[in-house]
Amino acid sequence: MYEIKGKICEISGSTVIAKGMVGAGMHTTALVGNDGLLGEVIRIHGDRATMQVYEDTTGLGLDEEVISFGKPLMAELGPGLLSGIFDGIQRPLEALKAASGNFISRGIKRRALDSSKKWDFVPKLKKGDTVSSGDIIGEVQETERIVHRIMVPPGITGTIEEIKEGSYTIDEPVTLLDGGRSISMCQEWPVRRPRPVNGRLNPDTLFVTGQRVFDTLFPVAVGGMAIVPGGFGTGKTVVEQSLAKFSKADIIVYIGCGERGNEMTEVLTDFPKLLDPFTGQPLICRTALVVNTSNMPVAAREASIFTGITIAEYYRDMGYGVALMVDSISRWAEALREISSRLEEMPSEEGYPSYLGARLAAFYERGGRFTCQGSPERTGSVTIISAVSPPAGDLSEPVTQASLRVSGALWALNTDLAYRRHFPAVDWNISFSLYYEGLKGWFAREVSEELPSLKNEAVAVLQKEGELKEIAQLVGIEALQDSDRLTLETGGILREVFLRQNVFSATDAFCPIDKQFRMLKCILSFYTVGLNALKDGLSLDSVLSCPEKASLFRMSEMPVEGFSEWALGYIESLKKRFCL
Amino acid sequence: MKLVTSEYRTISRISGPLLFLERVRGGRVGEMADVRLRSGEIKKGQVLQLMEGTAVIQVLEGTAGIDAEDSSVYLSGEVAKTGLSMDMLGRTFNGIGEPIDGLPPVIPEMRLDINGLPINPVAREKPSHFIQTGISAIDGLNTLVRGQKLPIFSGSGLPANELALQILTQAQAPGSTGDEGEGRFSIVFGAMGITAREAMFFRKGFEESGAIGRTTTFINLADDPTIERLFTPRISLTMAEYLAFEKGHHVLVILTDMTNYADALREIGSAREEIPGRRGYPGYMYTDLATIYERAGRIKGKKGSITLIPILTMPEDDITHPVPDLSGYITEGQVVLNRQMHRKGIYPPIDVLPCLSRLMNLGIGSGKTREDHRGVADQLYAFYARGRDARKLIAIIGEEGLSGLDKKYLRFADEFEKRFVSQEGEDRSISRTLDIGWKLLSMIPKTEFTRIKEEFITGHYSRGD
Repeated sequence: MYEIKGKICEISGSTVIAKGMVGAGMHTTALVGNDGLLGEVIRIHGDRATMQVYEDTTGLGLDEEVISFGKPLMAELGPGLLSGIFDGIQRPLEALKAASGNFISRGIKRRALDSSKKWDFVPKLKKGDTVSSGDIIGEVQETERIVHRIMVPPGITGTIEEIKEGSYTIDEPVTLLDGGRSISMCQEWPVRRPRPVNGRLNPDTLFVTGQRVFDTLFPVAVGGMAIVPGGFGTGKTVVEQSLAKFSKADIIVYIGCGERGNEMTEVLTDFPKLLDPFTGQPLICRTALVVNTSNMPVAAREASIFTGITIAEYYRDMGYGVALMVDSISRWAEALREISSRLEEMPSEEGYPSYLGARLAAFYERGGRFTCQGSPERTGSVTIISAVSPPAGDLSEPVTQASLRVSGALWALNTDLAYRRHFPAVDWNISFSLYYEGLKGWFAREVSEELPSLKNEAVAVLQKEGELKEIAQLVGIEALQDSDRLTLETGGILREVFLRQNVFSATDAFCPIDKQFRMLKCILSFYTVGLNALKDGLSLDSVLSCPEKASLFRMSEMPVEGFSEWALGYIESLKKRFCL
Repeated sequence: MKLVTSEYRTISRISGPLLFLERVRGGRVGEMADVRLRSGEIKKGQVLQLMEGTAVIQVLEGTAGIDAEDSSVYLSGEVAKTGLSMDMLGRTFNGIGEPIDGLPPVIPEMRLDINGLPINPVAREKPSHFIQTGISAIDGLNTLVRGQKLPIFSGSGLPANELALQILTQAQAPGSTGDEGEGRFSIVFGAMGITAREAMFFRKGFEESGAIGRTTTFINLADDPTIERLFTPRISLTMAEYLAFEKGHHVLVILTDMTNYADALREIGSAREEIPGRRGYPGYMYTDLATIYERAGRIKGKKGSITLIPILTMPEDDITHPVPDLSGYITEGQVVLNRQMHRKGIYPPIDVLPCLSRLMNLGIGSGKTREDHRGVADQLYAFYARGRDARKLIAIIGEEGLSGLDKKYLRFADEFEKRFVSQEGEDRSISRTLDIGWKLLSMIPKTEFTRIKEEFITGHYSRGD
């Protein structure tokens, strides 16, 4: 390892310029000033290196020393990541608390992973086996639920001379290769570089969220990417958190990027208690948290999404389905803008640097479904759900637009719906999913071939409802035809019963896809049967006042067990009442 | 810290509130400076930026009278700190913490960096205690919880100050132990750029309510130097942290008016020739505001808490203006005042639809408020939104065009504003608030109830009167 020493000659906010830095490389890290604050070189000009500093620069002085070791910003990867909570540069917050108390002071360095803890390593290969990048050499039970597969780090090949079994720390070698090289349970990876894979796969499996409006109307595929833009108070964080709680993923990486401290506290207190609806294990067992709240240093916020996605990719490489929650990407973009403006770069739209779109795309494209490197053969995925906080809720702003260009699904949150306490406040008029065609096969296989056409019918009813409402506002509702008034009623039921979902209700917070299908079927059967009854001369009142309409409103609170039988019975009773 | 303070007579440029000092050796970002004028007058300043031996210093009391020739600058080597003591309760200070009540300076028990440090997210305690403000629109629909930051979005001429004072005097939290020792309730009031009239209003209010003895006041008046406004909320919150986390108090902090603070931030930004963001405010305003708002909260193992109620003025009542917009993205909800309701004579003129309390669920329910609270709030919201729609409809098609049900919703919306939101001078208990809520809900037929559990409806639904 080599060292380059320079002296600080300029300080402006989170950026620091040092001279005498000949030989320092772009995107390598450096220790800045007497307190040894961590920084990363982001510009080089002659012997001067500009660094973004990951800690508060208040009190930093001119002429203080800067030392570079020529190493990029790395993430430490190994057992102990799950149920861990890290800041933007992967310092463990629990250890920081132990070191500096309730407030985060400057210049504290702590390793991401606990190097004293012993893990039970179970070998999967034997002496004499040849290994290369990504091969699984052994396993560790990381949490009750997750088996951590120890992989050969990218770029290493060789023949196993010795492989151990038993309790080891993450630094002790568990496998010795020929040529004196060794592999421990911990590896490092530069956060700004995607981890290698063999190939990309088609997104053709539903990423099950348990939220009706997402799964049925605007589904995202495993390995896909959805963005959730919305003004303040529209429920972005609630969406991110309920997906982190209920979505069907092996691993959740949750990045709290420039958001509220109390929200992270909620995650921290709730997740150890809440149980995964699929496995019954505490949610924290499958979750890693990367947290850089809005008042923590802005450069570390910029790094946090890369730290987070590197952890996600690492579990993907083990063959897991990982869901990455980013809340919110706009705060990352603002950090980028702030650093760019300190560098006096020429701003483009809204002061954001012109490379905003390229950086965002490069980040989002690290998501996907892949065949992993190494043996045994396996596939893994990273599904990205990214919240966007557009100023004034205006979706035409640069971060939303740049995200939209690469996203596969848009879940736009609407202020007006939120004001009415219609949650999730997803605007069904402008949201979309590009995955639907690819998922039709999955829906047919796993739920019913009927689902896509039911969904189209529901969307058509909602569309018609919107148009009829406008007409009703001009001529009064009494002037509408009975069939149109039934459409209005059905639109209302779809919104109130199907699209609205109560995350605070134990029964309704998670709705399995089969129940979603049957709920939709019941609502639309009521509509179809009702329309026919009107044609047969029955009065609108007799349709709207039937007990079958009222019972639609109770569906969301009905237990999942026995719901399909109830739904069949419901359709029977509808037919009995109106189709005689 | 340096042992010798360094003196410089190398001012090269003075521009607005900024002063450029050359050939500086070993300066520190954020360190405080004294600028000595030819007249002997001393002004305080702070180093903002360092480049190649040039220090950019913002002068708090304004640069008037400073010349490049004879004025000198002393760099103290110390970042901005404020002295803290229990004797500060009941006292009044200016925007940078100097006493202005005619009493001698306090002898500090400790001196702390006014910028504070970010609370480690793992050290935070989840807020969970209901604070009863006695105001139905807040307690019933947008409940305030201890450790929350809940701003009031106001417009010029709307009674935000009255509301803030009413909250201050009525706020009760179960568990606070009155006036003595740990767990007692204190107030920190930080004012940025308010008028002398407003300052007097608050002072009188504190005195009349008897709160003055437990209140520390920091006031930067409208005609005080604008740059001092950048210090006022930070000093206020440093005081609040001292009371809450050193002395175990439950502290309620009022900061008014954050729009004036943001304007001071913009002034410095443009003096530094930074690239302006929306409406000229600097691009880092979100982060800057966050370092203020995020200081609210609770800490594990500490008895005290900081609950923060910032007040801000929405220029032109525009909620999408950068100050309310960025605040709303940081705070845990907002209480929004509405001009139309004010004109109708409704006090407090809270428009509940855009209001929100993100932490409400943590502070309500059985054992805290009442088990039907969530349902009542949701149902009131749904009915009121529907009633407001009906109100829009009659503007086009007249009341005759409404269906019978819509007419009921219309009446509901009117009564809701009159009987639930409006409460001139009244201090309502939470159960009274919810009972009024049920009375109003009962104006609508039972079959319309979609957001409330059946069991609660049977218990509380009464025939509408």
